[in-house]
Amino acid sequence: MHHLEIKNLSSSYGSKKVLKGVTLSVDKGEVLSLIGPSGSGKSTLLRTLIGLTPPIAGQVFIAGQPIDYNNKKNLKSLRNHMAIVFQQYNLFQNMNVMRNVTISPIKIKKQSSEEAGKQAKLLLEKVGMADKYDAYPEDLSGGQQQRVAIARALATKPEILLLDEITSALDPEWVNEVLDTIRVLTNEGITMIIVSHEMAFVREVSTRVAMMDDGQIIENGAPQQIFDSPIENRTKEFVSKILTH
Amino acid sequence: MFERLLEEAPEFFNYHNMIFILEAMGRTLSMTVIGCSVGLVCGLLIAVLRQSNSRTLIPIKFIAITYVEIFRRIPFLVILFIVLFVIEPLMPGTSLLGIATVAVCLLSTAFLSEIIRAGLESVPPQQIEGAKTLNFSFLQTIMLVMLPQAWKVILPPAAAFIVMFIKDTALASQLGVIELTFVGKMLVNRGFSPMLGFGAVLICYFILSYPLSRFSEYLGKRLASS
Repeated sequence: MHHLEIKNLSSSYGSKKVLKGVTLSVDKGEVLSLIGPSGSGKSTLLRTLIGLTPPIAGQVFIAGQPIDYNNKKNLKSLRNHMAIVFQQYNLFQNMNVMRNVTISPIKIKKQSSEEAGKQAKLLLEKVGMADKYDAYPEDLSGGQQQRVAIARALATKPEILLLDEITSALDPEWVNEVLDTIRVLTNEGITMIIVSHEMAFVREVSTRVAMMDDGQIIENGAPQQIFDSPIENRTKEFVSKILTH
Repeated sequence: MFERLLEEAPEFFNYHNMIFILEAMGRTLSMTVIGCSVGLVCGLLIAVLRQSNSRTLIPIKFIAITYVEIFRRIPFLVILFIVLFVIEPLMPGTSLLGIATVAVCLLSTAFLSEIIRAGLESVPPQQIEGAKTLNFSFLQTIMLVMLPQAWKVILPPAAAFIVMFIKDTALASQLGVIELTFVGKMLVNRGFSPMLGFGAVLICYFILSYPLSRFSEYLGKRLASS
């Protein structure tokens, strides 16, 4: 059984159809990267998966269980297993680093604040933010905020982690520290779906790469295959454009 | 004229007049404080209600929006008379002060709900998406994420509105509520110089509103920098 199975998923943004029947399956522990030109629907796919953009057709299964995105309970249990890290970090501006990471375990998962705090410290250490517990998001650099956001997502103990262009909003000097953080995580058995424009990184950490264009997945395979010997013309074009500059 | 003031002053500033003025000041203050406190609570409820996407709440939401849109467009004086003519037959013997206070509640609820709504809507949508994906409920999102960020947008205009309302309660004198303006008129009718009668009233309004407007300025500055 696949960990995550997507069948014919479609969704629209306003009146514009952005996902046009995406079919994809991801196995447990896999690190799948989505590549493709902007506007091809990569971010929308992640947003649809976690229920921020409602699907208009198709099905999603997690560990064989179908998800009904119109059902609040279903959506809640989905988000108990899945977390997302956003391009703009989306850290709560009114909370310090520690509170950002512990709020969901305490308020939603009903952990004791002691337990949540202990776990948060471990996570913040892991992402290299151990000295900033009391800082507020606005006092941190983009890279630091994004690392806290990763810790916040991990604090919910997700089985599936979605990373939505997490380095795209960063100044170049902060990109590597965030990618390093993800590198560490790829060895921990969390199923990940990554949308990224950092092709070298994608090639290095992914177990599989899927090429999206015009709301569909047109090709997927091992990173070497996609980057070195793509089958589809559009993939060839995209890859050659990216690798030549 | 100055001589007349000096001449009247000892009689004007007698114990009974001072108590009379202080009591009126208390009425003006209590109309504003009670009215705006109720307005803040009800306004908050309406603003939160308007954020909700729940289908079952749509009828209540519709009523709330209609209420806000209508009451923001009626002059306070008209609301005062409407409340008077609705409450009088239903509950005879209700004090005029009570009626005026109800009118203040109605109007301030409408205005403050809009101020609070604007505050809630100033919170970036990314904050709300973050909360959603972490499984926050609607109320948790409002209480833990939106309101703590919206206060700095809400408080300065809300305080300005309340200061303004201290002055607007003067219209309740038209109803016969013995508040500051009414007392000013009475004192002048008793033969005191208008300079003295309304001068005293002016100073009382200033004493009531100045600290609050300074406080709102202070809040505005402090919240803007934090």
